[in-house]
Amino acid sequence: MALEPSYLEYAKRREGYDHDLYEWSSIFSRSPVGWPGGKSVAVWVCVSLEWFPMTPSDKPFRAPGHMVTPYPDYRHYTAREYGTRVGFYRLLDAFKKAGVKASVATNGAIAERYPQIIADIVAEGHEIIAHSTDMNGAIATGLPEAEERALIERSLAALSVAGKKPSGWLSIARSQSWNTPRLLKEAGLTYMCDWANDELPYAFSNGLVNLPLNHELSDRQVITVQQQSIDSYAQQVGDAFDWLAGEAKRYGGRVLPLHITPYIVGLPYRIDAFEKLLEQLSKRREAWFATGEEIVASWRTQQ
Amino acid sequence: MDTVQRADPQLYDFKPYRARPKIVWPGGKQIAVWVAPNLEYYEIDPPANPHRKSWTKPHPDVVGFSHRDHSNRVSHWRMAEVMSKYGFPGSVSLSVALCQHHPEVVADANRRGWEFFSHGIYNTRYTYGMDEAQERAIIEDSIRTVREATGQTIRGWLAPALTHTTRTLDLLAEYGLHYTCDLYHDDQPQPVKVKSGRLISIPYSLEVNDHYGFFVYNMSPRDYADALIRQYDRLATEGEQSGTVMCIPLHAYLIGQPHRIGPFAEVLKHIAADGRAWIARAGEIADHYYDHHYQGAAHGA
Repeated sequence: MALEPSYLEYAKRREGYDHDLYEWSSIFSRSPVGWPGGKSVAVWVCVSLEWFPMTPSDKPFRAPGHMVTPYPDYRHYTAREYGTRVGFYRLLDAFKKAGVKASVATNGAIAERYPQIIADIVAEGHEIIAHSTDMNGAIATGLPEAEERALIERSLAALSVAGKKPSGWLSIARSQSWNTPRLLKEAGLTYMCDWANDELPYAFSNGLVNLPLNHELSDRQVITVQQQSIDSYAQQVGDAFDWLAGEAKRYGGRVLPLHITPYIVGLPYRIDAFEKLLEQLSKRREAWFATGEEIVASWRTQQ
Repeated sequence: MDTVQRADPQLYDFKPYRARPKIVWPGGKQIAVWVAPNLEYYEIDPPANPHRKSWTKPHPDVVGFSHRDHSNRVSHWRMAEVMSKYGFPGSVSLSVALCQHHPEVVADANRRGWEFFSHGIYNTRYTYGMDEAQERAIIEDSIRTVREATGQTIRGWLAPALTHTTRTLDLLAEYGLHYTCDLYHDDQPQPVKVKSGRLISIPYSLEVNDHYGFFVYNMSPRDYADALIRQYDRLATEGEQSGTVMCIPLHAYLIGQPHRIGPFAEVLKHIAADGRAWIARAGEIADHYYDHHYQGAAHGA
């Protein structure tokens, strides 16, 4: 039996995208941007700080890194908690040593359960990006709008510490519904990090900014999914920096996002190589270590 | 088709890789190297094909869609500049609807002297389940769309998302197309058995496709570059006996990532400097093969 005739109809075959979420442009044709201090490569360290309930809800899907064994999965629950208690503090120390201000994409549950961590993040000058409620707080089309709105509100309420509300958002596994960009805007957020289609901030049609967080160069993708070593990861980041620094001479400022996870790079046998990477990058004259918020703010003044 | 025909649809004759007629590429070169960037458009909300799902997540699949969109906003130009720098034209596996959605990308490739062949309308519309009229419609659409957008007449085919029917190859030959990139049985062009007209397979390669390198074999960028160089060196050496073909199939959203493009540039530099390679477009390889070797090969010589 043939396919339905509609399978060969293309209602949105037109110039531009087959959606109205944002407009097309090529990064090589835009007005060049520059970063503060004459720097050309913004290095954006973004840590995902997550709490995995031992009871995955699987609605709408199970987040990467979530529980694996039949209940009770002590193995994965505690291995993730290791990242939060130990690995994250190794990272905070590494940031201090290299003089790096980072963004921490934080589950609301971290603030509710471990307020000390939030105080330490804030005291050391890092940014908090809202990263949903906990690792059961995933979003996808099919989640009722009222529930999605409530989830965003709960996350922001938990993370609005020291009188400051997060301005950025990262979805669990970057998964959104059709409603998400609108709901994030309505919740008063300035930017999100879910769409990996660009290497500079760009505006969605509703004014929300997307700051792309390279998902292929994350420690999760390189080390956990592709099973490469921390040394290979560091080499790949170094290669990326070199390339972007070269490209920036002709086309203007670039962003190198380092998306990292405390229970992956924060392990004893990996942290030395990561510290060395930060040290090497911090010595590069082209590098501007910045939080997501700072990158978006700088980009905005140049539009 | 009965069971025996289905088990082997008789696409080509068996021909061992030994004592073959000698292919010599233009300029006396031992290996024809062609680079095949996939310039694609994936729909964000495609209709369902009963035989295969497009996206793994409910639409919009933000990571899946946006990763591929990176090609059309960033990495196409990054990849293309490296190719142009080392003298490699592309032979483009094109989702022809890209001509409508992002004509800037297609125009850039055309300006660089790249050749276009069809990779279907969208990489989210599959051939599985199509009847003959529907398959004809996408071939005719491809020919018309690429001609209008670029002035080129497509000569080859890579099935959208590698989805075929057993009638596809016959139809391509009937429409006068010259080569298919869908058969992976050889390192040299080969005649394909079709009901009417002529068709050859041109080695394309899944194994050194960047998608396989990075997502099947989980190679690091430098490991992938090393695999390409080894593939090249071996085929170039074997080409002394009879000329070989190496294809480097690419997706800008993979190879054009900032951590991968540097090691890849080294590969092109290596091949360009080696001296044994004829760096060509797919159509040129097909022309040379038809002019010098097809006749003998198709008749069992």
